[in-house]
Amino acid sequence: MEKRVTFKGIWLPLLLVLPQILITAVFFFYPAGQAIYQSLFIPDPFGLSMQWVGLGNFEYLLSDRYYRASFLTTAIFSILVTVVSMGVALYLAVLADRLIKGSGTYRTLLIWPYAVAPAVAGVLWLFMFNTRVGVVTWYLGLLGYDWNHVLNEGEAMGLVVVASAWGRISYNFLFFLAGLQAIPKSVIEAAAIDGARFWTRFRTIVWPLLSPTTFFLLVVNIIYAFFETFGVIHTITSGGPQQATTILVYKVYSDGFVGQDLGSSAAQSVILLAIVSVLTVVQFKYIERRVHY
Amino acid sequence: MKLSTSFIAATAMLGATQAAYAQTEVQFWHAFTGRLGELVAEQVDTFNASQSDYTVVQTHKGNYSETLNAGIAAFRAGEQPHILMVFEVGTATMMAAQGAVRPVYEVMGDGFDQSKYIGSVKGYYTSADGNMLSLPFNSSTPVLWVNRDKLAEAGLDPDTPMETWEQVGGVLDGLKAAGVDCPMTTAWQSWIHLENFSAYHDTPFATKENGFAGTDTELALNGAAQVAHVSAMGQWAQDGKFIYAGRRNEGGANFRAGECALFTESSAGYAGIKAEAEFDFEVRPLPYWEAVASEPQNTIIGGASLWVMEGHEDAEYAGVAAFMDFLSSAEIQAKWHQDTGYLPITAEAGELTKQQGFYEANPGTDIAVIQMTAKEPTENSKGLRLGSFDQIRGIIDEELEAVWSGDKSAQEALDSAAERGNALLRRFEQASR
Repeated sequence: MEKRVTFKGIWLPLLLVLPQILITAVFFFYPAGQAIYQSLFIPDPFGLSMQWVGLGNFEYLLSDRYYRASFLTTAIFSILVTVVSMGVALYLAVLADRLIKGSGTYRTLLIWPYAVAPAVAGVLWLFMFNTRVGVVTWYLGLLGYDWNHVLNEGEAMGLVVVASAWGRISYNFLFFLAGLQAIPKSVIEAAAIDGARFWTRFRTIVWPLLSPTTFFLLVVNIIYAFFETFGVIHTITSGGPQQATTILVYKVYSDGFVGQDLGSSAAQSVILLAIVSVLTVVQFKYIERRVHY
Repeated sequence: MKLSTSFIAATAMLGATQAAYAQTEVQFWHAFTGRLGELVAEQVDTFNASQSDYTVVQTHKGNYSETLNAGIAAFRAGEQPHILMVFEVGTATMMAAQGAVRPVYEVMGDGFDQSKYIGSVKGYYTSADGNMLSLPFNSSTPVLWVNRDKLAEAGLDPDTPMETWEQVGGVLDGLKAAGVDCPMTTAWQSWIHLENFSAYHDTPFATKENGFAGTDTELALNGAAQVAHVSAMGQWAQDGKFIYAGRRNEGGANFRAGECALFTESSAGYAGIKAEAEFDFEVRPLPYWEAVASEPQNTIIGGASLWVMEGHEDAEYAGVAAFMDFLSSAEIQAKWHQDTGYLPITAEAGELTKQQGFYEANPGTDIAVIQMTAKEPTENSKGLRLGSFDQIRGIIDEELEAVWSGDKSAQEALDSAAERGNALLRRFEQASR
């Protein structure tokens, strides 16, 4: 069956997508082109001179094992953020969907954290887990657990994952709830009459019908974890301890804006761009096949 | 398009008319907020009121890194200020930017007496042939802060000598044995325990006179003396005698709250500690290892200096020179030194402060000055001039964290820091060629 809407002629569709193309060109193609161009040079910070190095910046980066290690860090971080934020959101959405009384209040409260900027969220979590004055640290201390994310790599990673996932739960919750409410009640009731219990109904009816939403959120959350978590990392760990939380996008920032090494920073952006493109293509090609629209 | 062009033209004309009537304007971008920001504004207001030829306009541009980035971005757009505040780690970046900066000794002209500035303060910002490239503005140096009450509680004599790390080691043993949770902590670990450590023990931090003699420098921070110190600190960390609180000055909160007995931190921590500490505290000189040096050399500075940007009118540079001359005057410097706890940049200002009885009224505030000026700086203690140094410090932080957590030995960590830092130095060398 043809899923797409088809137009006759070329001009009307072109006109309709033109605004989108213009915006993409100005805000995406132009900067991306600049990044690719700059990645071939080693410029001095003041723009007084530029040296052509070809693929030198890429060679320099890929021969650095600390840079290679940050791919793995990024992968672990992104998977954890996506799984935690989507898992918790789905759980909350399923519960909220079953509510009859006061669902409006619950929903509003659950959506609130989304309004908190990442850097602010970072500071909030940092205060709670501060090794000296943090409330959570203090309670953990009472239980005999010595929380120290300043030196413990695993704890640092856990903290930035939770802080990044927290605000995202609201966003995911909203989409999951909308997705759940779009599932026709009659289908679920029919299954219930046939004797299917909650889990069976969820597994065989709700989950497949929710798959377009899940797929959309998967793509969006991975992109979020890759690019927008910078503020959280910056405020909580600055990439430490050692390099435990140095994800790729944080390194782009620190090399470019702290180290003034614009060539390396541009090359890293290009690598990041390539990774995200490949990931998105893979997602659409392989995972989307299992999605039922 | 048409509209915007005429708008720009009108704005430009408006600016030109204003300039014709007003005094010559000098833009000054700095990184200070809060109390320090107020003190900078006060200096500028005093200067503006003291003469009628020039007006200095001061603007806060964010923290040190943000101010440097703002200056760089402005230069690229042709909108650079006359004076830009740059922190000490950005020195090599600014120096390499020939064509973007105008050396201070050139701006100040022939009558400029460079000898009145304190050698170990200006040394960080002079060229290899001894000319001042920027004007030191706020400079501090690390000292040892002591919580005397904590020592007494632990049954130790608060006056016990702590001139050497050997003696400090003994004190730490005593504190630990008495059950003190935080015997010692530190701020700015790379600055204090490697950069200053090296200068203080007259040991190179990097080859080529710590980078002063050329950008083809290599890190030498993995020398025997540094390894021995980091190794001892690592052991103290394992034993719970040294508590690591973070890369910046996070440890300051622990010390000011009275949790830690000893704290290595900048002398400029004075104002904060004095305001918050509810215990008897004291400033001591930074300790040295007797096993490494029979007596200490001088420590080096941290802080920022003022750079003059290229691309302005001669009359404006005259204004810059007048303002810098004003900042260097004994009265203004002495006031700045006493208000902020930063080091005076001229010997005269130090003398004046002494005459005014400030050191007697505030014991310990002269320790940093003495520690900096007791000896004439050597090749190893003039300062550091390394490109990409902010990032190199980041690498050092990472490697030191590996030592404090027990993942790496001091030798492994410092070898790795040197290797990774050298890669950045080679890139900087290439970029500034």
